[in-house]
Amino acid sequence: MKILLIDDSKTMRNIQKSVLKQLGYTEIEEACDGQDALSKIGAFNPDLCLVDWNMPVMDGLTFVTTFRQTNKTTPLIMVTTEAEKSRVIEAIKAGVNNYVVKPFTPDLLSERITETLAKCSVGS
Amino acid sequence: MDANMITPFVNAIQNVFSTMFQLPVEIGEPRLKTNRKATHDVSGIIGVSGVMTGTIVLSMPLEAAGSIITLFTGEEFEADSDDFADAVGELVNMISGNAKAEFQRKGVSISCPSVVIGADHTIAVQSGTPCVLIPCSTDCGEVVLEVALREAEAEAEVSTSVAA
Repeated sequence: MKILLIDDSKTMRNIQKSVLKQLGYTEIEEACDGQDALSKIGAFNPDLCLVDWNMPVMDGLTFVTTFRQTNKTTPLIMVTTEAEKSRVIEAIKAGVNNYVVKPFTPDLLSERITETLAKCSVGS
Repeated sequence: MDANMITPFVNAIQNVFSTMFQLPVEIGEPRLKTNRKATHDVSGIIGVSGVMTGTIVLSMPLEAAGSIITLFTGEEFEADSDDFADAVGELVNMISGNAKAEFQRKGVSISCPSVVIGADHTIAVQSGTPCVLIPCSTDCGEVVLEVALREAEAEAEVSTSVAA
């Protein structure tokens, strides 16, 4: 299981990485914005992406829209401080499969990852 | 500034600190800030734009910031490291995003965070925008949230009256 973490905050990527490691996922790649993620996706070919919304260079929503033009199946989870219902709807319309609002507990993030992978039938 | 603008920030800092690292926050009496000098040595800054404009600052003494960042990240960082600044930025980002959601207003955007570290720095906010200090007491030390926000409509009225 290959997972791509897309967040401009290294702190947040480290927190997510530690949750993923606890779930047994160790094949993890990191990107610091949407453009960086798009440049790494071809070579890494992730089975799941966790993507922040507010990032410099290319934000998460633009990444999701761009990525979904060529890939309809790889599960995407938006992990963001954007908590308004209108934002959640916007992200789902753009193609995210699940949504986690920061701050989150490790348990909540684990739950959403497991749930998303099960729903998208790529989990173990 | 309307008290309704302060409550979301009180709730947000308590939610972020308790959810991310189980640190209770006791809120003191909010008061107006009367100068530009940063309250403490470490400032995490977020700009707000759209139907509301202004600045949100999480101001912390160096020692308190160090303890809080260690709780948050599980690691100890030098104050001049990128990792330290990144963690401070992420904290103020989560607090601001959380508070923004409570406003339940469409069309409010927050910027990516900036972090300033150093004694006696100053933070300029938009002129005419009152800045409210929200003192927060934690087991890691005292921190302060500085909220300087106003409705964009109010800003338009100020410009109109100046022009007139």
